[in-house]
Amino acid sequence: MKQVAANMAGTVFKVLVQAGDDVTAGQDLIVLESMKMEIPFAAEGAGKVAEVKVQVGDFVNEGDILVVLEE
Amino acid sequence: MKKVLIANRGEIARRIIRTCREKGIATVAIYSDADQEMPYVREADEAVHIGPPPVPHSYLNIEAILAAAKKCQADAIHPGYGLLSENASFARRVLEEGIVFIGPTPEVIGQMGDKLTARRIMQQAGVPVVPGGDQPVETGDEAVQMAKSIGFPVMLKASAGGGGIGMQICRDEEELRQAFQSARGRAKAYFGNDAMFVEKYVERPHHIEVQIAGDQAGQVIHLLERECSIQRRHQKVVEESPSPFLDEETREALCQAAVQAGKAVGYTGVGTVEFIVDEQKAFYFLEMNTRLQVEHPVTEEMIGLDLVALQLEIAQGKPLSVAQEDIHAKRHAIELRVYAEDPVTFLPSPGTITLYQAPGLEHVRIDDGVETGTKVTPFYDPMIAKVIASGITREEAIQRARQAMQQYLITGIKTNIPFLLEVLEDERFIAGQYNTWFIQERKPKSTI
Repeated sequence: MKQVAANMAGTVFKVLVQAGDDVTAGQDLIVLESMKMEIPFAAEGAGKVAEVKVQVGDFVNEGDILVVLEE
Repeated sequence: MKKVLIANRGEIARRIIRTCREKGIATVAIYSDADQEMPYVREADEAVHIGPPPVPHSYLNIEAILAAAKKCQADAIHPGYGLLSENASFARRVLEEGIVFIGPTPEVIGQMGDKLTARRIMQQAGVPVVPGGDQPVETGDEAVQMAKSIGFPVMLKASAGGGGIGMQICRDEEELRQAFQSARGRAKAYFGNDAMFVEKYVERPHHIEVQIAGDQAGQVIHLLERECSIQRRHQKVVEESPSPFLDEETREALCQAAVQAGKAVGYTGVGTVEFIVDEQKAFYFLEMNTRLQVEHPVTEEMIGLDLVALQLEIAQGKPLSVAQEDIHAKRHAIELRVYAEDPVTFLPSPGTITLYQAPGLEHVRIDDGVETGTKVTPFYDPMIAKVIASGITREEAIQRARQAMQQYLITGIKTNIPFLLEVLEDERFIAGQYNTWFIQERKPKSTI
């Protein structure tokens, strides 16, 4: 299991994947909005989405888990 | 005018409080839950809480702001910049409540806020505009057809866009087709308006704007230009006046075009006409900002004038207190915007400022909105301060700016100060030879 965490606080602007999706390395999973800027969060390696922890509009803090991937 | 409510936050709220105080006008600040501890809230004579942190529930909540104004019996509202400052419905609601709106009429705000209408008005007034569509394009095919008639590269733009959001350069048909759908979707999501248009993209342009002021009697003057070509993500980072790129002839023509633009719409208040200027010094109208600009201090330090005081006078129906022939560049001024962001990637860096020490130097003005202990939250713009250095010569201004940036101490969050120092040491900047490609074409330093 690999967790994709937010490295800054922000609001979830877009959720681009759902549980069960296969993703490739570098694929954008979640887009946060922070300080009027969109910041994409990508998968580091290929895998399958086990769980999406956030919804559009959620506020997340630095370190919060966004997506859990099965490798 | 006895009491002004400031419908804004941070450094600009503080800036407006300063002039109001000098003029003996009381101030009311508004704040969200996230801004309770900010210096501007404390410095205003009164402060009203208006809602939770997200802007739709606080600083964009028109009825909550009007309720605050009525509760405090404010007789005028200053919108600052960003947020509701260019929202015609807000200005209209303010007037309906019998409160003075410090800015132009709702009609003018509406006309200039819609890029296609603005273009049409400027064309009719004889102000040059960028070649391109005067009608929105509905489909990818229409966009391509338009692009072919004016020639690639083109800029794809959202009619309701601003601050660089909703703009994309497309160099060929394939790029334009690909960009069209996503750009349109984004425009709909951001602005609730998906009208798109295509215009000629001017290669290696300068972004130069002219400050104007108009009174209620129909008098319009210009307050010279500001060179704003140093931008990242289409947002300004460094501005200076006078522009090192313009010659006297172009400057005069540019400033006259701006006055013409202001007269064409019957502009009241201070406003800014933005132009792009190509390498041959041909200029084209870009847009008009119907409010006080972030970089207004550059003009203030260059000419020796208080633009907020001018706004207050105009809003009270007084004639312009300065004449065109009194407007001269007395100093060279440079503004550097301090952002809470990574100096290399330019990604935002919210957090708590553990130590804040702004430089105190002669001829260096600091317009800031934070202090030690301030929490820089992810809800708002990352700009936390502006440093405005001036001198009799450009060299002197650069030297002072450099000294100021070296002395600036901010810990706890990342800031772009190392980047600003690099700009001040860049030979192209020192030579005054740069355009809007400055940041992209910079040789990255590994030492940051």
